[in-house]
Amino acid sequence: MNPTVSRVMKHRLFWPIVTLLALLVLNVAVYPSFFSIRLQDGHLFGSLVDILRNGAPTLLVALGMTLVIATRGIDLSVGAVVAISGALACSIIAGSADPNSPTTVLVAVGISITLALILGAWNGFLVSVIGVQPIIATLILMTAGRGLAMLITEGQIVTINSAPYKVIGGGYWLALPASIIIALGMFAVAAVLTRKTALGLLIESVGINPQASRIAGVRSRSIIWMVYIFSGLCAGIAGLMISSNVTAADANNAGLWIEMDAILAVVIGGTSLAGGRYSLGGTLIGAAIIQTLTTTVYTVGIAPEITLVFKALVVIVVCLLQSPALQTRLGSLRRKPTRRPVTTSTGGVLS
Amino acid sequence: MTTQAPVVDMTNISISFPGVKALDRVNFRMFPGEVHSLMGENGAGKSTMIKALTGVYPIDSGSILLDGKPLVITGPAQAQEAGISTVYQEVHLLTNLSVAENIMLGREPRRGAAIDWKAMRAHSAEILDGLNLDIDPGSQLGMHSLAVQQLVAIARAIDVQAKVLILDEPTSSLDVDEVSELFRVIRSLKEAGVAILFVSHFLEQVYEISDRLTVLRNGQLVGEYLTDEILRIELVHKMIGKDIAVLSDLDRKARAPISDESEETPFVQAIGLGRKGSIAPVDLSVYEGEVVGLAGLLGSGRTELARLLSGADRPDRGELTIGGRPRRLRTPRMALKSRIAYSSENRRSEGIIEDLTVRDNIVLALQADRGWFRRIPRKRQDELAASYIQALNIRPPNPDAIVKNLSGGNQQKVLLARWLAVAPRLLILDEPTRGIDVGAKAEIQKLVADLAENGMSVVFISAELEEVLRLSHRIVVMRDREKVADIPNDDVTVGQVMTLIASGAES
Repeated sequence: MNPTVSRVMKHRLFWPIVTLLALLVLNVAVYPSFFSIRLQDGHLFGSLVDILRNGAPTLLVALGMTLVIATRGIDLSVGAVVAISGALACSIIAGSADPNSPTTVLVAVGISITLALILGAWNGFLVSVIGVQPIIATLILMTAGRGLAMLITEGQIVTINSAPYKVIGGGYWLALPASIIIALGMFAVAAVLTRKTALGLLIESVGINPQASRIAGVRSRSIIWMVYIFSGLCAGIAGLMISSNVTAADANNAGLWIEMDAILAVVIGGTSLAGGRYSLGGTLIGAAIIQTLTTTVYTVGIAPEITLVFKALVVIVVCLLQSPALQTRLGSLRRKPTRRPVTTSTGGVLS
Repeated sequence: MTTQAPVVDMTNISISFPGVKALDRVNFRMFPGEVHSLMGENGAGKSTMIKALTGVYPIDSGSILLDGKPLVITGPAQAQEAGISTVYQEVHLLTNLSVAENIMLGREPRRGAAIDWKAMRAHSAEILDGLNLDIDPGSQLGMHSLAVQQLVAIARAIDVQAKVLILDEPTSSLDVDEVSELFRVIRSLKEAGVAILFVSHFLEQVYEISDRLTVLRNGQLVGEYLTDEILRIELVHKMIGKDIAVLSDLDRKARAPISDESEETPFVQAIGLGRKGSIAPVDLSVYEGEVVGLAGLLGSGRTELARLLSGADRPDRGELTIGGRPRRLRTPRMALKSRIAYSSENRRSEGIIEDLTVRDNIVLALQADRGWFRRIPRKRQDELAASYIQALNIRPPNPDAIVKNLSGGNQQKVLLARWLAVAPRLLILDEPTRGIDVGAKAEIQKLVADLAENGMSVVFISAELEEVLRLSHRIVVMRDREKVADIPNDDVTVGQVMTLIASGAES
């Protein structure tokens, strides 16, 4: 085989990207104007823009999840944090004298984000200081958090009418939906934070071998604490986005199952649940696949009752395509199995 | 010697990896009832050879005959079916299961759909009995020492009616008694006609147990010899292929005593340092530029002491002064801040970060010390990696290589590079030469001597007394978790240290 082609095929994001393209092609086949994007009143509209906009919360949550998973952890509480931050922001705005004042909105956003950070710190505390297993530690907030959100909204769906708040999830900036810009901004922050500092190296080191990292003097406790706080922050912002988009806070349904979508996005993107090396770029592709899948379900007209089955099938296929066992088999059909005693890292930053 | 036909006959085996000829037309044969040692440095092709025989790697050319018939295997499972069993260096067993379950794993006797536990225990007891091993098959494997686990791994391997048993570095973590127990088992298997492939870096053991030797170097066959007919010095020469002057040169250098050490303050001084259930209170001083050898059997307290000195474990009694000031080291991080680095004996579980690159592994401790925010600039990282790769002769000389793909000796060098990068004043080396080849061993020993000459203090732990004696200025002997001797190394012999280890009496 052509060496360039085989190098491209061996890239760990090859299959996820192929899947994404295949899904997009499927959409175009069914709905020829799928790719068309038009500019109206200075705003971009089109299916692709919708996918990005609707996928922004999942991408955000998946970003935080990627770093948590890289340290061998998991954060199941993100859905609950989404609900809490939306509920708190909406309640503050609804209870204020002037919901349309930017100050009110800024205060509401500030308080909600602070609470999200505190909740992330709580998870991090349980995991890194108390030593509770991450799945159990975050399960606590996953269940308790919904209750907390209900408490904030007093069991009601809080609808608000606030133009400045609407901007976060439904507004536009530079012709693009603000949510896309926020999500990509956070993506850039995460990338810079982990790869331009040594955080990425230390996170991976703790995730691969906590014992050895300790002996090497890595402060794994604060590293782990940090990733949970970051995950809380991401979920908090996602919560603002979701509630802003629908101009209401629904303590029961906001961010429901978003932790599953986020974990799926991370795994599809090639970060192992066993911790260690992670790929933010992979997570970006993974989140795009998840959202495209959801959109595809509507465009292709799949019956709602088999939507989840369809989603599951695609996820299984992507995971299979990425599995080393299957790749070896596919490879042996084409050529002699390659043996590499010395592999080099796929060193790219956002590769 | 035997006139039988060989049970394994490998001829003209070649295997190449991209850019490397791992094996180049190598011949290798094994006879029933014989222990055959495969000798060579790291990267000589020993592992590749074993993996060719066990079907892990397909061969590019050549032939493998088993009992005169061509062996066609595509994987380890088939190799085992054909009668070739392997026990690897790191025991691949499940410590949370019972001994019997481990022996019979995957071949459990069944009654209907259920496992016949009774038959399983009975059968396991039989196998263990056959090896004269007094191990309760119902006990949990994890409760036993590494040595026993190793023997259980062998019991498991021979239960599949092995004609060929491959033992890859089986003795690297065993102490003297355990080795002799292992050898007893090997001899009884030998009598039963099993052909045994033995790989060890301990020349002593190779000479004790093997009948025949095959030496490989750089993927090529150097020759096959009868153990009785080749002198040690010849063997080492054939393995390294270069003069072993490095070693003798070292002998002269390191033995020079530290001048007037009692005059100055020791860099590190422990007074009654101990930890309940781990080690009795110990006094120990290490002076600048001094190499202190810790001798003792496995479990004698030598590793435990090292862990207290390095913050890996917390002492619960006694005092520690560093550079004359009292310090409490609660974490390895604090020890590193005081410029004390600890290289653990468990290279894989407490040393290297397997999935990271050579460069990442080398800079890790230095980076951890600087904190996450102040990243070492990439250029500086590259310089560090390049200089240590060169200085320690790390192979392959590629900073982007993933560490788990390196050989044991090279992993050890990467680990050493990591500690050296933080410029420690005291370097604690726990078994730094275990399971690595003669060449790398000599390089590491020479490095230790050089470092001490340049003023670094070293605490050197090794099961090999010759090595401890060759490098140390002072020998501290541990027995039953207590310090039993602390003697300057002038003309101390291995025999004397052995006596101390065994009886604890002052010589």
